[in-house]
Amino acid sequence: MTKTIDSSFENVYADDRTEMKSEELKQLRKRLSKEQQEIKYRRFFGNKAAVFGLIIVCTVIFLALFAPVISPYDPLELDTVNRLKSMSTEHLFGTDTMGRDVFSRVMYGARISLTVGFTVGILSGFFGMGIGLYASANAYADNILMRICDGLKAIPSTLLAITLMAVLGADLKNVIIALTVVNIPNMARLARSRALVIREQTYIEALRCLGAGRLRIVWRHIAPNIISPIIVQVTFVFASSIITEAALSFLGAGVPVPLPSWGNILNEGKGVIYQAWWIVLFPGLFTALTVLGLNLLGDGIRDFIDPSSK
Amino acid sequence: MKRFIVKRMLSIIPVLFIVSIVVFMLVHLVPGDPAASMLGDMASQEDIAALHARLGLDRPLPVQYGIWLKNVLTGYFGESVANHQPVTGMILSHLEPTIHLTLLALLIAVMVAIPLGMIGATNKGTAADHSVTVISLLGISLPGFLLGLFLILIFAVKLKLLPSSGYAGMNAGFAAHIKSILLPAIALGFMNAALMMRMTRASMLEVLNSDYIRMARAKGVSGFSVITRHAFKNTLVTVITVISQALIQSLSGAAVIESLFAIPGLGQLMVNSIGRRDYYVIQAIVLLIAVFNVVINMFADLLYGVVDPRVRVG
Repeated sequence: MTKTIDSSFENVYADDRTEMKSEELKQLRKRLSKEQQEIKYRRFFGNKAAVFGLIIVCTVIFLALFAPVISPYDPLELDTVNRLKSMSTEHLFGTDTMGRDVFSRVMYGARISLTVGFTVGILSGFFGMGIGLYASANAYADNILMRICDGLKAIPSTLLAITLMAVLGADLKNVIIALTVVNIPNMARLARSRALVIREQTYIEALRCLGAGRLRIVWRHIAPNIISPIIVQVTFVFASSIITEAALSFLGAGVPVPLPSWGNILNEGKGVIYQAWWIVLFPGLFTALTVLGLNLLGDGIRDFIDPSSK
Repeated sequence: MKRFIVKRMLSIIPVLFIVSIVVFMLVHLVPGDPAASMLGDMASQEDIAALHARLGLDRPLPVQYGIWLKNVLTGYFGESVANHQPVTGMILSHLEPTIHLTLLALLIAVMVAIPLGMIGATNKGTAADHSVTVISLLGISLPGFLLGLFLILIFAVKLKLLPSSGYAGMNAGFAAHIKSILLPAIALGFMNAALMMRMTRASMLEVLNSDYIRMARAKGVSGFSVITRHAFKNTLVTVITVISQALIQSLSGAAVIESLFAIPGLGQLMVNSIGRRDYYVIQAIVLLIAVFNVVINMFADLLYGVVDPRVRVG
């Protein structure tokens, strides 16, 4: 489509204005697209809150990736002589009830939190989009799928996650399964409602007249147009999954105990909060900051994709 | 109006039916035999077989569902596997702390959020507005149990003003009662307050930009009166939505908060039941809250009809 317009554009200029050579035109077009890119970047990076969010998220990702290098101790290493030691140069965030280094545990905890949040975000985005698209294209399946979503949505998300964990058993894999199941209904609803709007547009009708297959229309022409709200939603699911994972682990129904998840550290610290407040404070701050960063980033991406929502 | 009420009330029946199927199926997701899982690793084959037969697990699923639904409708949720008490009684005895906690949390959220949201909207772009936005953003990013832990650190550990755990019933005196649930209620209410603030502010802004408000101002109605008498009415639909949402959120969030503050409510009962693999208790609580959720949403819809006549037609 754009190609034909562009080439005819080029022909008009080539015929009528000989002084403007096609080479110059190419350069001009290149500069224009570059300027557009710059405007886009400025729109995102001009948003201070979003940049702040991006910095926080990148820092936490960095800490998680390089946890083995940054951490001075093994997060599982017991040192019963140095139990509940306050903060010092040897133990930046102090030690916990079994003498494990809280700083190292928080660094490794970032890995678990980010893994859970990221995986749940991607999986629920993928399945939610698939289900939403399928429902939008098939009226019979739509009815059944959306009723199941209604039923799942009637149960508050924290409660549904706790119940699923109770049934499946405490395990990292099960946390991811449970949180994905919890987040799919909203995602599917979102994808479906967007897809239904796009389905009615004239270009889809034109494609149908041209004889494009159903699968082709849904996959090549509807899916790319619903992906941006899904991406925004994925960021928010990322953030909320980190909270829910921490809450589940805090209740002892999340990631199993020796693993250093932020929720687990908080859970262990809760019992000795009067003697050793640092065990609770640092993983708590890390959780809150990461979630704040993701929320700011999500708001930023939303404003970037859809400026009218501001 | 009558038709609207009847129509809306009938519409929850299919939803409740689906909810009941979902909740029923939850227990059947247990990998392997639920009976074996409930009794733990030490149980003998005969015990498992006996429980299996007693729970009717050998029958086809639709038949099991029918029996379960009939029991539930008559108020029987089965027996706890852990202590052989009827689940209904266990739930009733844990109900009071959760209700008081939820209501106090809701009260705190409403009293903080709605005025602040309005202040933010009426002073758009000023420092007051920005601080409202920042507070609500912080509230959304700070999960209740984390705030609860931070509150314990400040008010119980450092200042020694309030207890960090435990529950004092009404019979211990009103002051002691409120003291015991104040911190958990703040922890529970803050996140809801943040959401409420955001939505109240947004909807108030929308109303304030409408023509009839400009008209009222042009007529010479004072600024305060425009907001309380003209604008507030039209933000009520949003306010009802946020309050009903907050009620559900507090009720489900109570699970985590109650375990943190050792309050013997429904949430703590549920969390303790996870360790005991007491699936029927969990199932009953989830069903109750889900049904409550559906009913609250229905009431919210009915109230929309009361405050905004346009909704009744749609």
